[in-house]
Formats: sequence, C-alpha cells, structure tokens
Amino acid sequence: MSTLAIDKGGPRRKVKYGSMSRDRAWALRWSYFFLVLFAIFFLTPPLYMVITSLKSSAEISAATNPWWVFHPTLANYVELLTSNQFLRFFWNSSIVSLVVVVVTMLISIPAAFALARMKFWGSTTLATGVFLTYLVPDSLLFIPLFKMLALVQDITGITLLNRWYVLLFIYPTLTVPFCTWIMIGYFASIPKELDEAAIIDGASWLQTLTRIFIPVALPGLIAATIFAFTVSWAQFLYPLVFTTSIDQLVLPVGITTTLIKGDVFNWGQIMTGALLGAAPPLIIYAFLMDYYIAGLTAGATKG
Amino acid sequence: MADVALRKVVKRYDDVEAVRGIDLDIADHEFIVLVGPSGCGKSTTLRMIAGLEDISDGDIMIGGDVVNDVPPKDRDIAMVFQNYALYPHMTVAENMSFGLRLKHYPKAEIKARVTEAARLLDITDLIDRKPKQLSGGQRQRVAMGRAIVRNPKVFLFDEPLSNLDAKLRVQMRIEIKKVHQKVRTTTVYVTHDQVEAMTLADRVVVMNKGRIEQIGTPNELYHRPATRFVAGFIGSPAMNFIPCRLEDVGGTLQIRLTDRIAFALPPARAARYHALPRTDKFLLGLRPEHLTEAHAHLGPGVETFDTVLDVTEPMGMETLVYFGLEGTPVCGRVDPNAGAKDGAPMRLAMDLNNMHLLNEDTGVVL
Repeated sequence: MSTLAIDKGGPRRKVKYGSMSRDRAWALRWSYFFLVLFAIFFLTPPLYMVITSLKSSAEISAATNPWWVFHPTLANYVELLTSNQFLRFFWNSSIVSLVVVVVTMLISIPAAFALARMKFWGSTTLATGVFLTYLVPDSLLFIPLFKMLALVQDITGITLLNRWYVLLFIYPTLTVPFCTWIMIGYFASIPKELDEAAIIDGASWLQTLTRIFIPVALPGLIAATIFAFTVSWAQFLYPLVFTTSIDQLVLPVGITTTLIKGDVFNWGQIMTGALLGAAPPLIIYAFLMDYYIAGLTAGATKG
Repeated sequence: MADVALRKVVKRYDDVEAVRGIDLDIADHEFIVLVGPSGCGKSTTLRMIAGLEDISDGDIMIGGDVVNDVPPKDRDIAMVFQNYALYPHMTVAENMSFGLRLKHYPKAEIKARVTEAARLLDITDLIDRKPKQLSGGQRQRVAMGRAIVRNPKVFLFDEPLSNLDAKLRVQMRIEIKKVHQKVRTTTVYVTHDQVEAMTLADRVVVMNKGRIEQIGTPNELYHRPATRFVAGFIGSPAMNFIPCRLEDVGGTLQIRLTDRIAFALPPARAARYHALPRTDKFLLGLRPEHLTEAHAHLGPGVETFDTVLDVTEPMGMETLVYFGLEGTPVCGRVDPNAGAKDGAPMRLAMDLNNMHLLNEDTGVVL
C-alpha cells in the first residue's frame, strides 16, 4: 500500500526527498563559501610575495598598481641564489633543522614509548610534565637559556654562543616535548594486545618498539617529523639571540638582518628570500602528506 | 608439549583479590576450558600462565618447572587474543613467522612451518595478504597459525571467538577442535560461553568470584554439578531451582513443592536424602528436559502435575514452556506436537530420577 501511495504521490515524494538534499545542498554551499573565504585569506599574502619578488626595486617604489607586475624580472632570485651569504644561511638552516629532527626523533620515540607503555611510578605525571614544558613560551626561556649556555661555555671552554651549532642544543627544548606528546597519543592508540603478542612471540622492548610500534605508528611519526622540521626551520627568536655573526645565521634571521639596512627595506629580495625559505617545508609537506593516512592500524584488531 | 600446574595461585590488585588461591593440574595434551561470568578471574588466570601478569602468591609450573619469574618469551607458550592482535603492517606469512624470525630460525624451516600451518588452517591462499584484507574468521585463523608455527608447549586462548558472529563462532569452534586433534598441544582456553566450554573441553574449570567452583568433564558438570552456581551456569536453558521441603508420609520420603504438589521420591533418591534434616530449606534442581509433557506410559519416578502455562517458545525440534510454581518461574521442554499454548492448562511430567537436591542456604548440591 505504501509503495502505491508513493508511486501515485509524485509531488509528495519530491518534497520528502527534496528536503533531505536541500539540507545537504545548503550545507555544501556554506562549506564552499567558508572554504573559499579561508583560501583567499590565507593565499593572498603568499600571492603578494610572489608578485613583489618579481618586481625590480624601482617598480616596487613606483606608484603603480601593487597587484600587477608591469616589468617582470628574475633579478631578485638570481641575486640571492648567487649570493654566498644567502646560500650560507640556507645551508645553516638545513643542517640545523635536519640534525634537530633526527635528535628529536631519537629522544621522543623512546620517551613516548616508555611513557605510553612501561607503566612505572610517576609515568603519568611525567607525561603531563613533558607537555607542560611545551607551554612555557620561548620569550620567557631565552634569557635563562642564554645564561646557562654562557655558564657552560665558561666552565668547559667550548665556544657555544654565536655558533650555529648552539641551536642544536636549544631547538630540541621546543620540539621534543611536543613530539613526545604526539607520539604518546599515537602509541597509546595501539591496542595493548599487539605488544603482548609481540612479547609472547619473543620480542624484547626494543624489538617491540622498532618492529611493531614504529611501523604501526608511522603516520604519527611523520606528523611529528613535519612538526619538528617546521619549528626548527621557522624559529626566529632563539637564533636572533644566540647567533650574531653573519656566517652563523640561519635563514629567517639572516634575511631580516642582511636585507634590512637601517631603514632601507630591500622588499624585492626580502620577499624572494622568504619564498625560497618557505620552499623546503612546502616540498616536505607535499611529499609526506601522502603518508599522512590514518587507518594503518586497521586490521590489527576487530574494529 | 607439557603439563601445566597451578598451586594456590593468587592475584591481588591493590586490595582486590581477582584470583583467590587456585589449584589446577592440566595434563599433557589436555584441552582445558576456563569458564565463568565476567570478572570471575578466568582471564587473569590465563594471563598469569602466559606471564603477562605477575603472580601475587603461589606457583605456576609448565613442564614441571616453576615459571613464576620467567618472562613470557621464555615460557614457550603461544597465545591467541580475543581481538586477534595481528601485526597490521605485516602480511599473513610475516605475522605467522614473526616469532620464528626473532629467534633466528633458518629460512627454509620458517617457510616449511608457515606452509604447514597455513595448510592446516586452510589459509594458504591468503598468505601474502595484510590483516585488513581479511575477514574476522580469517584473521582468527591467522592468529591461530601464529601460535601453531611456534610449536609451543602450551596454547593459550583468551576468548578467541567472542568477536565473531554466531554462525562463524560455531564453525571456528569445530576448527579449533580439529586443530587440537591434529597438533595435540596442551591448551588452556578461556571463554564466558558455556556452550563453547562444553563442546571444546576435555575438562571444564568453572570459575566464580576468583575461585574454582568445580573441575570436571563436560558430562560430569552437566549431570553432577557440585554447586548451585555450576548447576545454573552449565546448560541452556538453565536448570530450574524450585523451593521445596522434605516430609515423611506413611514411611516414604516425599518432596513438597507447593501445598498442592508433593511427590514421593524414587527409592534411590529417598535412600540418598534420608538422613537430611526435615526442617532445612531445600531447592529442587531440575533441568528443563526433565520437565516434559505427560503421556500414558510413564516410568517409575516420573510424576505428573497440572499447571497453566504463561509463555511458550516453539524452537522447532522442541517447545519451551514457562510457568510459575508459587511464584518461582519454571521452564520445561515439551514435544512440539504436545499442544502447548500460551495461557493454556497443561499436564506435565517431572522426572525425579534426574533431580538434584540443593541446600538453599549453602548452595551445595546434596
């Protein structure tokens, strides 16, 4: 009977199903509206940077439409990429970030594993403590850190201040707590039976970590890696404080120190430098995003 | 392969005693099922045998050696978990061979063992798949394969079928039994499902509140339960417990269920219960299959009475009938053609040759 009613009542059926799809359509319209809004908001600055980087200094200071390039030139790029100074900054940044990522992972992964799985006295408190240290801003920490490193330098006689490698000791204070926290979350989501199975299969703690936990928590590991790299690459305050000589600078500090001379802003090169500096994280994101897949644990247990 | 023995094993979590002094001897090749309601300590006991939980007190022996302080990997056991616990990034073959690879077995030997186990479990075609490409039943086979290739002294199963649907569970139950018949490894199997316990076990261990209630073969537990808990836990539908009293009428021992209904006990039963005090409160324990429709030719010890049915449940090969005896709900099993109807009167027969008498206060079967 009900099927008959639906077959005959064309208009009624339309209203019934129509209300469903109308809700959906409106939801979609709103999502697109806000997505476009956000895209414009976040992509305008980089676009402006690209436009400016393609202009000569004369055109930048000229009173023309700032959103259009009338005489495009790659001079800024050529100048920076052939400048030893800029390449030095780039090199310093790369080596610092890469080493910091490796150090961070070497500390965070075992730490997270211990805090997530080996229940020992005070492990929960310690886990919270690790995260709390991340909440202390670097603007509060840089003076005590400077004093500490100066003290170490005085006692050991090893030059640390105004050397790029001092950053290798400082950056992990930013990256390790957060990465450990992320990894604790990922490790904790791995079913307990998985390590119990591994233990019964004869795996040691280290083998359980390297052969089960790291492969299974790979998406989390990649997220942590990206985070550590981005933080190291973009860090501004610490290198500004701890390094001063031109040849010791990393990219963010180097660009602002050398391309702003007094009150003369070399906008074209600043924008070019910033764009070139943003390239490595962008490339890393692009490649690793594919691995950012959730559901790698699917199939381990029921669910 | 080896025997397993538990001596006064205790597990305490802070002030809670999860396992309260268990003694259990498991013979070589035996299939033992630990069964009981949730929280009875059966899983904890299994995990203590595996070495995943520390023992608070007592001794656990595998193959005659005390293993209290031996880590799980050196106990030579294999365990199958309820949620399979397969390594998601490894193929079926890699999952099965993980333990052997850790112990640096030669490649040829590993391959031979994996092939053999896969053949035994009928998963040869799946050997290169990842766990997420498998169904629940297939995953459980792989988990069993992982246990078999290790050729351990003892298999431990922790509710391995609980995540499967009812049909598959029956099928896998038979598979597990077949596998055990082939490999004959000593097995300890934990379940809360009494049907699984009855069908799989050589001997069933019924646990309740951290203690062992009774150990016996499935038939022993079914026909000669020691306590009210075991009598009520084993068997489906559960045994009826009807409050009753014993009386002497004209030299014969009678059992009185209600003011209206009282039966003379069969001679064997009368002799057995003769010495019991008449003042105590008792329970008549009677399985539903011993409460059937009355017919013309009733043997000795089978007594009839009239009642009005509350509800009937036709099951096909039988019909379950429910009625009340002075407020106590009672279940019987009658022939589907006996004419049982909801709310209709019916004459039923009680087979007192198969009765149990329980002390109502202590719960002990007399």
